[in-house]
Amino acid sequence: MTEYTEHLLRKAPGKDTGNRFRFVWLVGIPLIAVLFQVYVPRFVGFLGYLELPLLITVHFALSRGAPIPGLLYGMFIGLVQDSLSLKPYGMYGIVKTLVGYFAASVSMRFDVQNPVVTFILSFFFYFFHQFFYWVLERALLGEAVTFDLQQTLTFGLLNAAVALPLFRILDKLKMAN
Amino acid sequence: MDFFLSRYRHLTVLLIAIAAQLLLIAYQVKTNKDVPLIRVWAVTAVTPVEAGLELVRRYTWGFVEDYFVLLGVRSQNENLKQENGQLKIENNYLKNELATADRARALSVFQARSPSKTVAGRVIGNGTGANSKVVFVDRGSTSGVESGMAVVTPDGIVGKVVDAYPTASLVMLITDPTFAAGVLSQKNRVHGTLKGQGHAECLIDYVQNEERVDVGEWFYTSGDDRIFPKGFPVGQVAAVQNGKTFKEIYITPSGMAGGAEEVLIVLQGVHQEVPANEMATPGYRIMPLPAGATTETPQGAPEPGAMGTDADRLRAIYKQAGADQKHVYGEGVPGSKPPDFTKIPSVHGVPPPATAPPAVSKVAPKPVPQPKAATQASDPTDDEPPGVAKPAPRTAVPPNQ
Repeated sequence: MTEYTEHLLRKAPGKDTGNRFRFVWLVGIPLIAVLFQVYVPRFVGFLGYLELPLLITVHFALSRGAPIPGLLYGMFIGLVQDSLSLKPYGMYGIVKTLVGYFAASVSMRFDVQNPVVTFILSFFFYFFHQFFYWVLERALLGEAVTFDLQQTLTFGLLNAAVALPLFRILDKLKMAN
Repeated sequence: MDFFLSRYRHLTVLLIAIAAQLLLIAYQVKTNKDVPLIRVWAVTAVTPVEAGLELVRRYTWGFVEDYFVLLGVRSQNENLKQENGQLKIENNYLKNELATADRARALSVFQARSPSKTVAGRVIGNGTGANSKVVFVDRGSTSGVESGMAVVTPDGIVGKVVDAYPTASLVMLITDPTFAAGVLSQKNRVHGTLKGQGHAECLIDYVQNEERVDVGEWFYTSGDDRIFPKGFPVGQVAAVQNGKTFKEIYITPSGMAGGAEEVLIVLQGVHQEVPANEMATPGYRIMPLPAGATTETPQGAPEPGAMGTDADRLRAIYKQAGADQKHVYGEGVPGSKPPDFTKIPSVHGVPPPATAPPAVSKVAPKPVPQPKAATQASDPTDDEPPGVAKPAPRTAVPPNQ
């Protein structure tokens, strides 16, 4: 194991309980993300593939590093998304619950402040999110939807690229609190 | 048990959360019922914000654009556009009408003329999800909107209301993979089921391979689905091919061309007949002539029915040959002597005889396309047998006479 990989694997600093969002931001940020998802793509079509609620879930879970708040937060954001979609309740809820849980679990082993780790984890969780949602659509709803691997990988990279500055902004916001 | 719960506390909470949501999905799928209260809360919380954002965007952004960012360029552009528009008005009134047709005005005109009772709405947001094919419209149950109502534009159908909330409605677009509607082709009267595909084109299913559907043919709503009133345009056939049992017909929806911004929700639908004639241009109607205008051909203009084509000239030559030989077409009994057609001039290169009717004489008009209506209009007065040419009535005097 090299020095760099050891650096990546060490526990992330700053996961103290004082470094958290206020409650208003905890609720407000996901609502802004969902609003962004339903409103902005009307005018800038390609931004429809930006999964901001997912990135918010990942950031929260990574920064908190606690699986239970992570999964509950993911479930909350997922259910809000479900309420504005045509699918039954719980579709996004289940997927984001799992993302929140796994992201929080992973954060205990990696230095999530590192941009490389952030990029890889964001890409991975986007892919996981899209794939698992597709599985649920087919398995639970019986819908014959197709999974576009190439498109998912491409948008995973785009979302991961957006995650880097977004996480910085959210960190600043958190510190300002 | 306590040891297990404390040892695997995280995993237990995860399993409980997943199981609860699975049960929720199972309940909804099994009973085919939604959890309306939560959706009402969420939509009621979100849509006013969306509507506010839309309002702010429309006014603020337009203001900034107009007066700060592009002040000079925009005013110059406006002047040029105005000048260009005036030239267009002088040159072509109809073309200008089409170019300056305002969508909202067209919508209100359509709303006034349509026999169905409708309410106008504006699209204020999309549904969540990357491949979402649902939109929110700013009209809800307080405006009389209910689930299952049709959503249309003057150009065609857009979708149907799947949920109506107090301040907004959720509309499933016709491109949604779960959308279906009964349709009917205009020319061949073929019934089928319109299905969304998740992309711009839609599929028309359940049309037997033996049925005839042409590319470019229009499809209209058939009214079979009890959602869309009969007679609304759906789209034009882009591609047709035979499948295993049913044809694979892909159409380009006409109602969402350029993106639907303003829509009409059909509160009380009235079935209409599918128009018999083909649409000249989707979404536009040819205006009637203004009062006092005549249909006479102006002097010097090529008259309808002038001998423009080889077939017309050949017809006149045969008629002249019959007249020269005192033969009336259609009157000879079987076995009687037919006219001698061996001495007639050829169509190409050889002009018709000097005794030909005025329409084919001295002035050699340029070939002009024959208006179908003008040709048909001359038929009722034609008392000659089929296949016998009759010179078209002249309504104009050639300039050199």
